[in-house]
This record gives sequence, structure tokens and C-alpha cells, in this order.
Amino acid sequence: MNPIENLSLRSISVWKRNRDVFFRTWKTNFVPSFLEPVLYLLAMGMGFGVLISEDLRLHDIFVSYIEFLAPGLVAISIMYGAFFECTYGSFVRMHYQKTFDAMIATPLSIEDVIVGEILWGATKSFLNATIVLIVISLFGLTNLPGLIFVPFIAFLGGLMFASIAMLFTSITPNMDSFNWPFFLLITPMFLFSGTFFPMYVLPEWGQLIALALPLTHCSVLVRDLCFNYFDLADVGALIYIAMLTVVAFFASIHLMKKRLIN
Amino acid sequence: MGSVIVAKDLVKKFDEFVAVDRIAFAIEEGECFGFLGPNGAGKSTTMKMIHCASPITSGQLSVLGMDVKERPRDIKNLIGVAPQDNNLDPDFTVHKNLTVYARYFNIDAKVAKKRADDLLEFMQLTEKRDVNVENISGGMKRRLIIARALMNEPKVLILDEPTTGLDPQARHLIWERIRELRRKGVTVLLTTHYMDEAEKLCERLVIMDKGKIVIEGRPADLIRDVIGSEVVEMDEPTDEMEAFVRSKGWDHERTIDRLLIYAACCDDIVLIMKERFGLVTTTIRKATLEDVFLKLTGRKLIE
Ligand SMILES: Nc1ncnc2c1ncn2[C@@H]1O[C@H](COP(=O)(O)OP(=O)(O)O)[C@@H](O)[C@H]1O
Ligand SMILES: [Mg+2]
Repeated sequence: MNPIENLSLRSISVWKRNRDVFFRTWKTNFVPSFLEPVLYLLAMGMGFGVLISEDLRLHDIFVSYIEFLAPGLVAISIMYGAFFECTYGSFVRMHYQKTFDAMIATPLSIEDVIVGEILWGATKSFLNATIVLIVISLFGLTNLPGLIFVPFIAFLGGLMFASIAMLFTSITPNMDSFNWPFFLLITPMFLFSGTFFPMYVLPEWGQLIALALPLTHCSVLVRDLCFNYFDLADVGALIYIAMLTVVAFFASIHLMKKRLIN
Repeated sequence: MGSVIVAKDLVKKFDEFVAVDRIAFAIEEGECFGFLGPNGAGKSTTMKMIHCASPITSGQLSVLGMDVKERPRDIKNLIGVAPQDNNLDPDFTVHKNLTVYARYFNIDAKVAKKRADDLLEFMQLTEKRDVNVENISGGMKRRLIIARALMNEPKVLILDEPTTGLDPQARHLIWERIRELRRKGVTVLLTTHYMDEAEKLCERLVIMDKGKIVIEGRPADLIRDVIGSEVVEMDEPTDEMEAFVRSKGWDHERTIDRLLIYAACCDDIVLIMKERFGLVTTTIRKATLEDVFLKLTGRKLIE
């Protein structure tokens, strides 16, 4: 059986619904995602960073701590944008607001609804990451033309994190249970994915674990692009993201159908 | 006129629990067809199978000539659904709820806007057009749900308990609108546990109980066939009275505080009872669908 035979372009109307809600309250939605990276940049970069006198190695160049950190903040915003949206956001729509029930009484299929949600989650990553990118660019922490490709990476990474999030949403018994993936997966990634310090300072086993984490590949790509760098490791990162997205996507569709069709 | 919805041997199981148990019915084009039954009878489950939200376990079900298993998208495109539980979009205003819903049907934005305004007028909600749905009353929400179900100009309209919990004014408005839609040729499926509602609106109906269809027919025919034309109610019945009624072969029922005698004509019964037992408080009234319902589904409270 073709798992996506019931998929159609109508999923765009689900995306539009979420977009409309978002832009209805865009001020409260944009301001925090705008200010948060500035706070991190100030605290970690300028506060914490001054304690780190040594420059950090990045491929064949050396960069200051704040230069290293800035792209990491973009990568983090990719992860949180989609993951929050497709866990808490999707669960509220599915479970409390019964929005999915209303949608599947129309010509939309469950697949359309899930894909619309995932596309919207990726859009949130795109928006958040682009804002952070603009902020760090204003601080002079990015380089042209590489930075132009970062929003595109944000959308791809967003698709991956949205699909993973949807996987948890399809099996979570209640809203509180989202604490588990956040505690066991998101927070470790936030800290250990080459976001706040370069992976080469980790012991070898630590580096191996970090390489298995999805966010690591986003931060590698974003940082390399911010420094106008691209090599085979980045191609590998793209392949990793594509493959994990496909797996998580099909698994989440399968489990969501199981949850919603009865 | 052909049948719009046909069910044969239709079964729905949730794991081992049989919610709908081999039911069959055929709904004609343009009629208002009622599904009556106590809570848990399987009415909503049947509606959900018809609008393809819930897959059928076995049997056959076709809607507008299409099999629910084969063409759910086409079926859903042509029917309107007002579900039992409100699932309006709390993030939007009254009007926006309609236009966003229309987008799920790929209806052109301009057409949708106009249609939404017309339907708000139709359901007397124009005043609340730009109010958030969270801030309108329960009755208005029900009306909005019906307006929303009409956004795609459906051929078949499913109303799952459209008036439950509403005040009389709101109920009457909804009844009027249902009749108006009927005149326009829309086929209406209505579930309810208000008997007066079913009697007023439905050409034909089924009474369901524990997943089965107990009886099917026109309200007037059902009343005549199951009950008769009139009912004699007697207060404070005694065992003696009941035994006497039984010995007479009269169709009757004893409730906690009443003895009900169902009959085609009642004057004699009252006279005979009065002669025999002296002063008993009696009422003669017309038989209603409620009598049919209670007789067939029992008087015990269903939790
Ligand atoms: N998703 C479900 N899973 C398990 N049981 C269900 C589900 N939906 C309904 N039921 C059960 O099926 C029976 C019929 O329910 P329903 O069709 O909602 O009744 P009605 O609408 O006539 O009140 C009830 O006993 C109900 O508990
Ligand atoms: Mg019901």
C-alpha cells in the first residue's frame, strides 16, 4: 500500500490556516524569537566569551568565541521552531481544539492534515532562523554569499524536526509527556551539537554521539555557510537530514493514522 | 428519485465492542431522515461512517452512489457535516471560521467571503460576524456549525444533535432553517433525542438501540402501529388495576407512578376503569413519538 496515496495539494490549506493564526498575533510571535538570540549573544558571546581568550579552530581558520557561537544560535532556532510547533502546537490543535476532526470532515485526508502541519512547522523554523540570521548579520557575524543559503537549510532542517516532533505527538498520551523528548533529546542537542562549543573538544565517543544527533548536522551546515565554507561533510549533513526526514515523516504519518482513525 | 445513502449489513466494531450492529437503511433524495435513540445507541458512529471519518468494519455503505471505502474525498466534497461536538476554530472570528473552512474545499476566496456573509445572515449571526468564536453563546456556536456545514453547498447535510442544550428560540430557528433547506432539495440526516423535533422535521426515521435499528417508518405510522392514537394515563395505579387491564387484553405499561393504556379509542376504557375502581385520576392524550420511543427502548435510565 502506498503510504502517501491520500496526499494532495490541499495540505496547503492546512498550512494557510496555521499561517493565518500566526500572523493574527504576529507581534507576540515575532518579538520573543527576535529578542532571544540577542540575549544569548550578549550573555554567552560578550559575557561568557570574554573569558575565552583562545580562538577556536574552524576548518583552516581561527575564529573568536562569539563568531563561533552566532551560527549555533541559528541552528538552535531551527530546532525549536519546528519542534515546539509540531509537539505542543499540533497536540493542542489535535486534542483540545479538535481542529483535525473538523478538517477531516472536509475533502482533506489525514495525510493532508499531517503534511500541512509539518510544512507549517518547517515554516516556523524558517522564520525563526531567518530572524536570528538577520540579528547576527547585523552584528557582522556572517558572510555573503553563504548566509543566503541558510534560510533554505532552515526549512530543510525544519522539515526534519517537524517530522520527528509529529512522531512524538502521534504517540504521546498527554501534553505533559512532551517533557520526555524535550528532556532526553532536545536539551542534550541544544547543549552538545556543536552549538556552544566545537565538537573537537569532546572525547572521541562524545563526538560519535554528537554526530548521531540531528541538530549537529544543522549546526555544521549553518556554520560552514556563514563562513562561506562547503565540503563533503556538509553534503553528508544534507544526506543525513534528508534521510532522517523521510523516515520520521513516514513513521509519523503511519502512527498518526493509527491514532486518529477509529 | 433515487436513494442517496444506502447501508447494508453495516457493522462498526471498536476492538471487540460492537457499536453498530448490522444495520440497513436507504435514504431518499430530498428527504429529512432521522436517527433516534438513547445515548450510546450508535447514531454518531453511523454518521461518522457516512462522512468517511470512521472506516466501516464490514457491510456496505454508499453515499451519492459512491462507496465510502473507495471515494471518501469525493463524498466529503459533496456533503456538509455539523458534528455533535463543537469543533469550531477558537483562533478565529465567526466569519473567518467559515472562510478558512471553505479553503479546505478549494472554494475561491471571493466566493467564500460572499457565501459566508449570506450564511451568517441565514443563521442570524450577522451581528457577530467579527467576534471571536470563543465569545459567542452556545446556541450561536451551534448555528455557526450549521452555517459552516453549508459552506460547500452540500447535497447531503448531516446534523448530529443540532439542537441539544439550546433554548426554545434557538431550536425553532434551526428547525425553520432545516425546513427551508429541505425545500431547496437538500437531503438532511438528523440525529436527535428530542422526539418532538423528529416528529416535526423527519419524513422518515429509524430508532436505534444498542447498535441495532429497532424500527423504521414515518412518525405518524409508527405512532399508529406501535401505540395507537391515544394514551390513557392513570395516577397511583394498584396491582389490582394492572391485573384487570391485563385481563382485558389492553396494550399497557406500568411505570413507577403511572399506568399507561395504549388504545385506538379511549372513552370506553376510562368509563370502564372508573366504574370498576371508582375515582381514578385519568388523562387522555394523543399518542406521541415519545411513547413509541420509550416503549421500544425501555424506560430505564441509560448512563
Ligand atoms: N472511538 C471509539 N472507541 C471506542 N468506543 C467508541 C468510540 N466511539 C464511540 N464508541 C462507543 O460506541 C457506542 C456508540 O456511540 P455513539 O455512536 O457516539 O452513540 P450515540 O451517538 O448514539 O449516542 C458507545 O457505547 C460509545 O461508547
Ligand atoms: Mg451521538
